Amino acid sequence: MAVLVIADHDGAMVRETTGKTVTAALAISSDVDVLVMGKGVSGAAASAASIAGVRKVLTAESDSLAQGLAEAVTDLVVSLAGGYEAILTPATSTGKNFAPRIAAKLDVSQITDVIAVEGPKTFVRPIYAGNALEMVKSSDAKLVVTVRATAFKAAATGGSASVEAASVPGSAGRAAAFISEEVVKSDRPELAGAKIVVSGGRALGSAEEFQRVIEPLADKLGAAVGASRAAVDAGYAPNDYQVGQTGKVVAPDLYVAIGISGAIQHLAGMKDSKVIVAINKDADAPIFQVADYGLVADYKTAVPELMEELTKIGK
Amino acid sequence: MKVLVPVKRVIDYNVKVRVKPDQTGVDLANVKMSMNPFDEIGTEEAVRLKEKGVATEVVVVSIGPAQAQETLRTALAMGADRGILIQTDADLEPLAVAKLLKAVIAEEQPGVVVMGKQAIDGDNNAVGQMLAALLDWPQATFASKIEIAGETATVTREVDGGLQTLSVALPAVITADLRLNEPRYASLPNIMKAKKKPIDVKSVGDYGVDVANRLTVLKVTEPPKRQGGVKVETVADLVSKLKNEAGVL
Repeated sequence: MAVLVIADHDGAMVRETTGKTVTAALAISSDVDVLVMGKGVSGAAASAASIAGVRKVLTAESDSLAQGLAEAVTDLVVSLAGGYEAILTPATSTGKNFAPRIAAKLDVSQITDVIAVEGPKTFVRPIYAGNALEMVKSSDAKLVVTVRATAFKAAATGGSASVEAASVPGSAGRAAAFISEEVVKSDRPELAGAKIVVSGGRALGSAEEFQRVIEPLADKLGAAVGASRAAVDAGYAPNDYQVGQTGKVVAPDLYVAIGISGAIQHLAGMKDSKVIVAINKDADAPIFQVADYGLVADYKTAVPELMEELTKIGK
Repeated sequence: MKVLVPVKRVIDYNVKVRVKPDQTGVDLANVKMSMNPFDEIGTEEAVRLKEKGVATEVVVVSIGPAQAQETLRTALAMGADRGILIQTDADLEPLAVAKLLKAVIAEEQPGVVVMGKQAIDGDNNAVGQMLAALLDWPQATFASKIEIAGETATVTREVDGGLQTLSVALPAVITADLRLNEPRYASLPNIMKAKKKPIDVKSVGDYGVDVANRLTVLKVTEPPKRQGGVKVETVADLVSKLKNEAGVL
């Protein structure tokens, strides 16, 4: 039996998350198809077809699909589900929105945020914001799985799968209607997928100081900006910057924590980062217990020096 | 209009989670439990809808052990009107929870369900979407703003990279994200008042739905321990190590 991967893409290309989800799918079955939904997706479909190991690419086009509306996506995927033993999607906000709806329509459990495939029906997933890992085996005939893409390597390219159009079912029931979308125009990468994250904590003391210190450093590194819950609660940074158990969970290559003490709920959101740097003047701050490189220093002197040193190496 | 708010009793978000040595789960004995933070946001939103005159009644429902009554009392102290506890010691999966909630909704006939986007124990982020699917209702997840006028909710959603606004015909399921509101602290008089508000205690069997788990937990383990690294003395040393040793610059 085959696996269907629902692609994450920007119309022109599939995103990195898609290739990583294909890797997870190939661990379940060697027959992996990719579904590219949206409007004007021929570019993305072609890039999906070039992922090594993909058997077939299906395209499905409609306005509702382009808007990612869960009701339309569910109608489509359920209509295709008969041919698949598992349906995988990257655990993006879009995937998290529609996948449980698909699972419930198929009367199966969803397996959420999978970080390892241990067998055709056995998976590892983080619970308690990553403070524990749960290995689960499904007894459902069909699986609906969301994949934490950061945990998988991207599949190779060089494939040449065929591309065919799937028929899109008419809308069957009551559905939400799209009004508008406001995509934040920022030159910075998105927090959840950034390779480098620079985060500030309560030590910054004010919103002005947060902007003055954290943002230029982030820009110098081409990084996304994050914040601790304490900094967000104090109003130094907007809520969507929050990294932690109740905010975003990130796993960048480099995480730079500035003036962050390292409360449990913050660590839960960033401790899977590859390299963690902590700058804090309190040598006993818990953040140093997880940091690969700790610098006991006042950010007021350390960050300007850091900017200078980065300039020296051409950043 | 009646608003239904499901709430879950979970480990307090500030408590350090410990995996049991026998790998069967997480040790919840004698740890502080609280209302799931996202459900507090859902409750707050429902109470605000009532304060604005949009909602007429806020009903909170919890599925869990007897102590989940405390969670319901917390919601009642925030301003909800009455509670329903479906008492069970079983750890039900989101699909089973959604089926039970569907049965509650058949009895209660709410105009809208507002609930947290996910519980911070199982981290499934699934019940709201599953409930909407089972009811064939529209869904608006990860809400950061809800405006209800007549039979329509306009919901702004947090999506990757920005915000999406949907128009949702009611009844519908709306799940709350962090930025929707800041939940209030219950005042002492309201905590006292909440003690007198009704809580209806039911059992899973009362609803006649299949709540069998589909997943078997083979083991629960601690994530690989992160080793603290080194302290560097200077910024120059830090940058050199990041560039040459870690290779991340």
